[in-house]
Order: sequence, then structure tokens, then C-alpha cells
Amino acid sequence: MADLKVSIAGIEFSNPLIAASGTFGFGREYNEFYPLSVLGGISCKGITLKKRDGNPPPRIAETPSGILNAVGLQNPGVEHFIENDLKWLKEQNTVVIANVAGNTEEDYCKMAERISDSDVDMIEMNISCPNVKSGGVQFGTSCESVGSITKAVRKYCKKPLIVKLSPNVTDIAEIARSAEAEGADAISMINTLTGMRIDIQTRRPIIRNNTGGLSGPAVFPVALRMVWQTYNAVKIPIIGMGGISTWQDAVEMLIAGASALQIGTAFFSDPYAPVKICNGLEKFMDENNIKNISELTGTIKPW
Amino acid sequence: MKYDSQLFELIKNEEIAKGIFDWTVKNSNLSSAAKAGQFAHIAVPGKTLRRPISICDADNNTMRLVFQVKGEGTQIMSRQKVGTYVGIIAPLGNGFKIEKDKRYCLIGGGIGVPPMLYTAKQTDNPLVITGFRSKDLVILQEDFINAGAELVLTTDDGTAGVHGFVTDVLKEKINEVDEICACGPIPMLRAISQIAKEFDKPCQVSLEERMGCGVGACLVCACKVRRTNGEEEYLHVCKNGPVFNAEEVVF
Repeated sequence: MADLKVSIAGIEFSNPLIAASGTFGFGREYNEFYPLSVLGGISCKGITLKKRDGNPPPRIAETPSGILNAVGLQNPGVEHFIENDLKWLKEQNTVVIANVAGNTEEDYCKMAERISDSDVDMIEMNISCPNVKSGGVQFGTSCESVGSITKAVRKYCKKPLIVKLSPNVTDIAEIARSAEAEGADAISMINTLTGMRIDIQTRRPIIRNNTGGLSGPAVFPVALRMVWQTYNAVKIPIIGMGGISTWQDAVEMLIAGASALQIGTAFFSDPYAPVKICNGLEKFMDENNIKNISELTGTIKPW
Repeated sequence: MKYDSQLFELIKNEEIAKGIFDWTVKNSNLSSAAKAGQFAHIAVPGKTLRRPISICDADNNTMRLVFQVKGEGTQIMSRQKVGTYVGIIAPLGNGFKIEKDKRYCLIGGGIGVPPMLYTAKQTDNPLVITGFRSKDLVILQEDFINAGAELVLTTDDGTAGVHGFVTDVLKEKINEVDEICACGPIPMLRAISQIAKEFDKPCQVSLEERMGCGVGACLVCACKVRRTNGEEEYLHVCKNGPVFNAEEVVF
């Protein structure tokens, strides 16, 4: 019998599939399709100290094999999350990851401190959101700034700390090394790639924010390459994401070096994507005599 | 479990006006739950995003979906063959709130007309005003008559029915109704909501926005509303709507 359990920074997941932040809200909507316990974990919608309204619409555009989005971190604020969503989420038998963002290093520290005092299982530090004016990706594009913010947040963070990386950089493996050196327990990657589309009649960008983050199957090969490069550079586990939509994609991502996976845009095509991917993984493992899913991680045989 | 995605068999696909297609899909589990003003989120082969299409009509076994070809996704949909199984999440969103003993004015503009048919069937002797740009885009007129509606047709260019806008007719007839429900382009909805306010009639509007998940998780289909305390915030067309109280929408 295939064992899908994985462990990241001491936290046990019933399977390697985690809902990616921003595509799954706080879980309530998808709980109307299936019990959330079918997922290994949920990375909640990115939260900030205070409520944020987000960007004006349109916030989404379809692209070949993908989408652009620029929601701009609309969220009800950390206190609202803790009071209204966390208790319910903790009853759903899945790992709860809080995805946190802020305008300043101090904001990130305050968020880490506040959430460390809650029942959240892990913290994912989002220094890679491309869709907000301040905060987000500005902390995530140089080794110095990633090292500095990871070091600062580490002091306040009493939970396992995942650092979510941006692909909009020259050398993502070096950035991952900086996060590892300053105390990150895991890396999650990749956030979206900055892109745009233009309406040829109006000559206006389709997204009101002008640019947005590209996700979906279109980015999968880029994500896979980056996970592989990062796997070769760090010892901490990698949660791989970026366009995974089939169980075959999931196997590839594990072979490239991921220890767990996040699923995002695939929910929009098929809300049941993670269920189907899990079934496919089990079948693949049985057929290939793989007992534990973690046996696949990093087993790539590069030329 | 409130939501489900199931396969619906496409049993009819007909072009009823230039670029406007009339689908009937069959699924006895989900069709019967549909309410007027709700929508169906339709998987399109080869596309990452589903297409939200308002429910034009429904019974115990079938749903009728009328859509306009606007881009690649709807183009692919229009070419689907009868007998194909289509992945649909439905019914979604909050529909029109219909009260007994009220006479409704139901207004549709262009591709905003289809959801008003199912709404007409839920109301008693409604006044239905349908507006189109031109004669070749006129749809569903017989269906409204068969639904027992008092029907007015308008076209912007005067090639069919009354030459003018739906709002011209609304102003003339507003005292014959208790409440207004409308679906169509934003300038039309804005004008209707102003007239409703002027004549002190309640008004519900169905909005459209580029959509992602369709269930309220991804927060992309934002629309701005003003709360009674004057505070403005973004709600979401898929989960909080698509039908909103016109008074609270910031057009």
C-alpha cells in the first residue's frame, strides 16, 4: 500500500498536496466540494497586519495554458483570520499554513510574532507577491534582502518557517541559500512570474494593475527547472509549485527535488484536481513498487 | 456539500442569432437546484479558466445556457458537438430575490437578456423589457411571450421594436411595477438604478466580472459596494453576487 505521508520541518502531512496560497481562500469554499482532509495542507490566503482592499478589477486574464492575476493581497487582516477562520480550519484535519506579507520588515516580524502565538502549524513568509506596490517581492529579489528579512523574522517566529520565493530573479538557488543560512526551515517555490496582456482595441492592459502574476501549466517547466537548481543548492526541504495540474506533473516535481507540492491554478480548471492527483500518485507508486512518496524526491538522473 | 462539478450531456447547440448560441445540457442531479439569476461555470477543453454563463432556464433534468461568442473560450464552446459531455459546476452564486404578490419589471440588455427568462418564469405577469443593438441580435422573444410576460422589445438603431433604450420604456412604465431586476452592460445598469432611485423602486442588478474559481476563494471577480455606513469595499461577483442590490453597487 502506497504511503503518501510526508514530513516537512517536523510537521506531518497526510499527503504531499497542499493548496497554494491565494487560490483557496481560507478553505471554506472548497470544503463545499470535499472534506479538506483530502489535502495534506492548506496555505491560506496571504494575510497582513491590517485589512487590505486589494486592486481594482479586472484582476485576472487568461493566457495560453495559464492565467495572469493581480488581486493585490485583499484580505481581512491577521486578527480577523485568527478570530474567524483559524479555529474552524484547525478542525478540518489538515495542516494549516499561514501565508504572511507586509509593507516593512517590522510588519513581517509582528506578523510572525502574532501567528506564533496561535494554533497555526507553519508560517509561509511571502516575499514574492508581484502585485502590491510596497511589500511583497521587493524583499525577495536579492540575497541580501532575503537574508536580512529571514534573519529578522526568525527571531519572532516560533513555528516552522517556510520562505516563499519569487522566480523573478537572476539566480533563485543563491536566494534560497540566503534563506537557508538565516534559518528558514523550508523553501516554497515558485510564486508567479510577472507578465501582462493588452487589449488591442483599447490598447489598455487587460489587468487593471497593468501587470500580473503568471501561473498555470505555462509556468510548469520554469518551476521544475528552478526546483531542480534549488534542490542542488540547499539541504532544507522544498515545497514545489508552479503549474502542477496532473499526477504526472506532481511526479516530475518530486523527482526534480520537491518534498511536497502546492496546487493553485489547477483548482480553477478542476476543483477536484488534488483528489485526482493523489489517486494518480498512489497508482504510480503501486505500479513502480514505491512504498513512500518521499523516495521519489530528488531522484532525477540528469544527463 | 453545497458545490459539485458534474458532467452534463450537451443535447442541443444552436446559433439563434449572429454569434449567439443556445445550449441545452442534461443532468438531473444539478439542474433542478438552479434558481433564477444563478450561473453555471463551464469547463472549456484546452482552457485553464472555466466560463461563467448565466442560467437561461432550468427544469428537473436540463439547463438552458445562452451565450455570445466573445473570445477563444466561447468560440470553442460554440463548436461543441451534441452528445459531448461538458464539465459544469452549477448552480453558483446568489440569484434574484423574488417575492410573491409583487409585480416585477425584468430588464435585459444584449447577452444580459437570457437570465431574465428563467426569472420571468418565477414571477407572475412580469413586465419584460429586452434591449438589443440591432435586429440581428434579437433573441428569446417567443420564449418570454410563452412565459406569460408583457414584453417590450427595443433596439438602439430602431431596426426592430421600439427605437431607443430600455430605460426610455422603463421611465414610461415604472409606475406599473413594484420592483426591478436587470442584467446587461454597466452603463445600462447604472442608468436603470438611477431611475429606480428617482421613482423609489427597489432594484436588483446582476453583474459580470472576469472570474477565476467561481466559488469565492480566489477573489479576482471584485466589485465595489457601498455599505449603509458609507464604507466602500470589494465584494465578489461569484459568491456575493452576481445579483446585488443596485443601491449598494458603486458603478
